[in-house]
Amino acid sequence: MSILIDKNTKVMTQGMTGKVGQFHTANCKAYANGTACFVAGVTPKKGGQSLDGTPIYNSVADAKAETGATVSVIYVPPAYAAAAIDEAVEANMDLVICITEGIPVHDMLRTRYKMQGKRTLLIGPNCPGLITPDEIKIGIMPGHIHRKGRIGVVSRSGTLTYEAVGQLTDLGLGQSSCVGIGGDPINGMKHIDVMKLFNDDADTDAVVMVGEIGGSDEEECARWIKDNMKKPVVGFIAGVTAPLGKRMGHAGAIISGGQGGAEDKLAVMEECGIHITRNPAEMGRVMQNVLKT
Amino acid sequence: MKIHEYQGKEILRQFGVPTPRGIACFSVDEAVAATQQLGGDVWVIKAQIHAGGRGKGGGVKVAHTQDEVRSAAQQILGMHLVTHQTSKEGQKVRRLLIEEGALIAKEFYIGMVIDRSNQRVALLASSEGGMEIEQVAARSPEKIHTVHIDPVGGLSDKAGAQTARDIGIPEESIAATVILLKNLYRAFVEKDAMLAEINPLVLTADGAVIALDAKFNFDSNALYRHPEVVAYRDLDEEDPAEIEASKFGLSYISLEGDIGCLVNGAGLAMATMDIIKLFGGNPANFLDVGGGASQEKVTEAFKLMLRNSNLRAILVNIFGGIMKCDVIAEGVVAAAREVNLAVPLVVRLEGTNVELGNKILADSGLPIISGIDMADAAKKVVAAAEGK
Repeated sequence: MSILIDKNTKVMTQGMTGKVGQFHTANCKAYANGTACFVAGVTPKKGGQSLDGTPIYNSVADAKAETGATVSVIYVPPAYAAAAIDEAVEANMDLVICITEGIPVHDMLRTRYKMQGKRTLLIGPNCPGLITPDEIKIGIMPGHIHRKGRIGVVSRSGTLTYEAVGQLTDLGLGQSSCVGIGGDPINGMKHIDVMKLFNDDADTDAVVMVGEIGGSDEEECARWIKDNMKKPVVGFIAGVTAPLGKRMGHAGAIISGGQGGAEDKLAVMEECGIHITRNPAEMGRVMQNVLKT
Repeated sequence: MKIHEYQGKEILRQFGVPTPRGIACFSVDEAVAATQQLGGDVWVIKAQIHAGGRGKGGGVKVAHTQDEVRSAAQQILGMHLVTHQTSKEGQKVRRLLIEEGALIAKEFYIGMVIDRSNQRVALLASSEGGMEIEQVAARSPEKIHTVHIDPVGGLSDKAGAQTARDIGIPEESIAATVILLKNLYRAFVEKDAMLAEINPLVLTADGAVIALDAKFNFDSNALYRHPEVVAYRDLDEEDPAEIEASKFGLSYISLEGDIGCLVNGAGLAMATMDIIKLFGGNPANFLDVGGGASQEKVTEAFKLMLRNSNLRAILVNIFGGIMKCDVIAEGVVAAAREVNLAVPLVVRLEGTNVELGNKILADSGLPIISGIDMADAAKKVVAAAEGK
């Protein structure tokens, strides 16, 4: 078991024939069961062709009907990415993972509005994707730093997620699934949504939660954890030193109107029983100590 | 991306939101000429900088004669205006807005923002016009009325009217306020704004509602479809290092400390600043080189950090995924040679091809201090900055 994806998941790549889509699909196919998992690519007007042995279809609906894929990963350029999500939602995919960075916020507002009442889950945009080690990798993370195990990881960042995973792996703590939910202000699954899945996953014993400044998703998740979580959670928030009103790279990483500061988030998380650390080099070790006690 | 008040008012007028008549000026003579063009017998001289709190800082003056206009313009133009939103040194005033005076009966606050938790545009309205909305939110949150707007239906007449009544707009001015709010929402969406504020919105003695101020912030990810907004960009209002960085696809923010940080990824870059602080140092900047850093990008990143005369040491923290550590190491070595690096350099590499990367650094003959992990590297760079 794991959350959201496993070795039997069938995936299509939207934007398969672009440079980025092609590169990362090849990497994902090379990881664990990837060759069997990645069954289709979607690029309008290129249906009928094939790329690196993967058939290309004109639309998500065609690819789904022909291959039975239930998950889609998107590398489409920012100006067209929201429409690509809309297409996957219209085709009733189970899960859409949008890697694309730089989608206009108003596009995402309209896309999220259209997703109401639909069955499709969205991860991202502007995220590294997700991985169930030794089974399947969907996204741009380096597969080799992961190790199969029983720790869940959920994070808004890319490389900071790799840092957390690398620390866990070095200490012999493998991962059940690692989910990068992305650094944009308007996105799909939030910390709380992923945390609920880890809570119900029989193969996850504990969770590392990595957040950053901006918004209040971490606080909402922390309050849910306090009342519902059956497993220990280790937490870190990036941006204690970030100044007010400056956007720190991610469109969502900004302290505005005094809201979304790292210290406030850490305080709420601590209050809710999360094992917080202010040292990003200690995420793995704190987890190790928590598991010993 | 932020713009000036007078530019924001141009946008408001395009969308049918009433504003006072005004003229943007770049010199004292232009300011005096503007009053003749506007006519009337009372004018407001307003400093144009990308920061709020201008009135309190002495950047807004009322004049009744042309001599008063001349003297106010002389005082404001060229001053370093210090507000709660500027640096300690303040922001130099290079532009003025000269406006006709308005007979104000009452002031209100209107704002629009992207509400992340509801994933909607939120309309915020308050009877407490002219004040910082954060202060109102802290002191009397019941005076802020919030409406979440449906992205398909837009702001309804009913919700607009209710909001207007909630903040105390008199009955005879409700209809005009509803039109104003709907027009503001249209501008907000069509221009891809992240924030719009009219503070104050004023009710005049004759019952009209007009926008006395205009503040906009636009989504930088959507600027590709708004060349007319990009044309409003004023580089004088931005940090030259941040402008330079954006040319090379680097994300850079100047900070007050003395330890430069070069990191891949925004989250890891913030975490690197945090750990430097945790070990007693002070980061000089946020710098995210992104996912595909070439040698050229790394060299430019070094040049940017070295513009800062306070710089005492540099920490490079790279977690190589797609970006391979050996490629980064080559870039770091080439950059250090090209810029004749004179401050201590600590490098921590992790991830794909890390052994090869560390070997390149060791074989370079450069005095590069190697960090085993993030904590080790942070300790070493803090010590190096202190001259230990």
